[in-house]
Amino acid sequence: MQNKTFVAAAVGLGLVALSACGSSADEKGTTAESKTVTLVSHDSWAVSKSVLADFEKQSGYRVKVLKDGDAGQAVNKAILTKDHPQGDVFFGVDNTLLSRALDNGLFQPYEAKGLDQVDARYQLDAAKHRVTPVDFGDICVNYDKAYFTEHKLAPPATFDDLVKPAYKDLLVTENAATSSPGLGFVLGTAAQYGDAGWEGYWKKLRANGVKVVDGWDQAYNEEFSGSAGGKKAKADRPLVVSYASSPPAEVVFGDPKPATAPTGVATGTCFRQVEFAGLLDNAADAKGGKALIDFLISKTFQQDMPLNMFVYPVVKGAAVPAEFTQYGPAAEHPETMDPAKIADRRDQWVKSWTSLVLK
Amino acid sequence: MAVPVAFFALFFAYPVAAIVARGLDVDGSWRFGRMGDVLAQSDIRQVLWFTLWQALASTALTLLVALPAAYVFARFDFPGKQVLRAVVTVPFVLPTVVVGTAFLALVGRGGLLDELWGVRLDTTVWAILLAHVFFNYAVVVRTVGGLWAQLDPRQEEAARMLGASRLRAWRTVTLPALGPAVAAAALMVFLFTFTSFGVVQILGGPTFSTLEVEIYRQTSEVFDLSTAAVLTIVQFAAVGAILAVHAWTVRRRESALRLVDAAGTARRPRGAGQWALLAGVLGTIGVLLVLPLTVLVQRSFDAPDFAYYRALTSDEGNVFLVPPIDAIGNSLEYAVVATVIAVFVGGLAAAALTRRDAGRLVRGFDALLMLPLGVSAVTVGFGFLIALDEPPLDLRTSWILVPLAQALVGVPFVVRTMLPVLRAVDQRLREAAAVLGASPWRVWREVDLPLVRRALLVAAGFAFAVSLGEFGATVFIARPDNPTLPVAVARLLGRAGEINYGQAMALSTILMVVCAVALLVLERLRTDRTGEF
Repeated sequence: MQNKTFVAAAVGLGLVALSACGSSADEKGTTAESKTVTLVSHDSWAVSKSVLADFEKQSGYRVKVLKDGDAGQAVNKAILTKDHPQGDVFFGVDNTLLSRALDNGLFQPYEAKGLDQVDARYQLDAAKHRVTPVDFGDICVNYDKAYFTEHKLAPPATFDDLVKPAYKDLLVTENAATSSPGLGFVLGTAAQYGDAGWEGYWKKLRANGVKVVDGWDQAYNEEFSGSAGGKKAKADRPLVVSYASSPPAEVVFGDPKPATAPTGVATGTCFRQVEFAGLLDNAADAKGGKALIDFLISKTFQQDMPLNMFVYPVVKGAAVPAEFTQYGPAAEHPETMDPAKIADRRDQWVKSWTSLVLK
Repeated sequence: MAVPVAFFALFFAYPVAAIVARGLDVDGSWRFGRMGDVLAQSDIRQVLWFTLWQALASTALTLLVALPAAYVFARFDFPGKQVLRAVVTVPFVLPTVVVGTAFLALVGRGGLLDELWGVRLDTTVWAILLAHVFFNYAVVVRTVGGLWAQLDPRQEEAARMLGASRLRAWRTVTLPALGPAVAAAALMVFLFTFTSFGVVQILGGPTFSTLEVEIYRQTSEVFDLSTAAVLTIVQFAAVGAILAVHAWTVRRRESALRLVDAAGTARRPRGAGQWALLAGVLGTIGVLLVLPLTVLVQRSFDAPDFAYYRALTSDEGNVFLVPPIDAIGNSLEYAVVATVIAVFVGGLAAAALTRRDAGRLVRGFDALLMLPLGVSAVTVGFGFLIALDEPPLDLRTSWILVPLAQALVGVPFVVRTMLPVLRAVDQRLREAAAVLGASPWRVWREVDLPLVRRALLVAAGFAFAVSLGEFGATVFIARPDNPTLPVAVARLLGRAGEINYGQAMALSTILMVVCAVALLVLERLRTDRTGEF
């Protein structure tokens, strides 16, 4: 038996050694080239190929992108692996998750070149520069214009409108526990009605027939009658929690392109979401990471961003495409909330919301 | 024995302990008080309650639907029986994502039932229960049917000859003999449904959550590691209890039964009643098992010129950094490596467990090897990420992580398949060879290997199919540029747009075909039908 065990162990070790060889050979392509900078992000990351190629040419760095699920999952995984991060820069932590990332020491400080051009409202970590704002967007209720014209009904404009009997059984929203627009909408109501009032508001909303689904895709493309996907799926809800930039997206991606947006935004229901990038603590290539962050707030990238990720630039003077200003202007008075307060209350809010609305 | 123990300590116990510790150990002090806090929450108790009752209901429903089939497969002879036996096993080795997808295509919005009668069952508990029956049908048919076929029908006939009624003869002769097998099958089904992840995740919507899904949500979305840790411990305890009972029923089953060759017990059905039973079982299989798979295939071709299949090869504007078709290659490579590891580790474990002088401790290890089947794959996945990240074992960025995680679920299947065969090898043969001067290695090569080669191939086949379908742990550690088939299917399903949905269907179909082929090959190889799977 001793003998057999020894042989077995030797074979086993050989196996691991073999596979280790396999792995190093496998990764030669990435490790041998020292000038690679790795960006970890969520599934929504997108950039024009030419713009990225320009950066690679100028900086001499090849950019490798790791998309890691939705925003919340990507942040959590980055925190869990922070001692040995998967990349150099993380992009896509928003104001609702910012404190979680900062409290866990995910980022190292870096003051990006060109930060003075970034609107001060979005610099939520201005004292320490652990994160750099890159874009913002508004989470708002969208409406199906055709439905409201057909029913000779004015579309809702505010949170208060949504609980009126005229809009019964019309709204679909996302699960606040699993979806960032879903959470944004709940935070919007908490900002509007305060700690004392928001639960009462949701009770009324539930009584008025709000429907909850798991994610944005399902809500927008399967349940919402105003979207191209929803029309195909014979969806029957004319109100959905989505983004202020969704109407321009309906135009840009329309086939054929409609003359005007088929959907509109209820501007009194908006919550502002700001997305940040940061240099990961223990980044393997900090220098490349810094160059990449500078690039993210360069005018070239900022002006390329709106039609790729459907968000607004944070740099002053960056041009916004006409479709945006025409069909989905940023809200004038969006709800906002201090990230520290969000960090403090989010879990409790989500929990209360879940038992109020889902159970 | 040393290798399997080291393997499990390093790639199972250590990562799981690490992630649980991360949740409960806050700034150096242990927070066992969290146990009480978490379990006192009403929504957590609701999850526990739902997990329990849906598992009970699923198990009962599966037994109800599958037991007649076990009887039909055991006692009746009919054309196409072998193929059908493979067909009913296909769902069991399919990844839960594909099962969820198949049911979504059947009972979801715009699904077949929706188009025909406007019936939609997604986000209802019925969809979950039906999917669980679909998934576990084979467990009952194979475990119970396998034994039933080997029970001597003459015993029951003798009882009737002595004046017992048909019912009484069945109750006093057949039922007691079958009892332990039914119990073992029921416990396996209970284990699989108790820890259900993919099916509930896809079909349950935001309202339904099992313990396993809740662990996933708490870890991955809410990032409440301490709640996740408590739930992991609860699940661990529950699964441990199920396995202990299972080990006990298996031991009881090994008690002396007069078994005969299965080939001689089946005959052609006689009389209207038997033909009706056969027709009923075949009908159920058609509606419950074949229909969802057919809908899946049909959906994947639901575009002109195989558009969905062609889209798989394009890397333009898709969710990954590589064309989805690459996932097939990734999956096959991972599965081959996982199979090698699983057969190696599982084979050694089975060999150690067969030894006559194996003590209580070793037999306890037998049950322990089953644990990965019931412990949250998410926990294992996250555990890998945080535990295996430092030299000398810095595997975090290595591709070997995926096959290692997949091998964990493959090992129990290897052990279960090999064990009965190895135990059947006459110890005296080995002793004789040793007396004649053969080294232990030579004894194994000359005596054991020829006898167990077939079982080894079957074990490898199962490990392969299971690795191919593993989803829960892989989804955490597969890198975005190296997705496996099930991960690719899940990601595609999570994206809007017709073409993404179509591609998910096409990939599922490909995966299904690969699994089915592997299974048909196994069905040909298989000789011994007393195994559990």
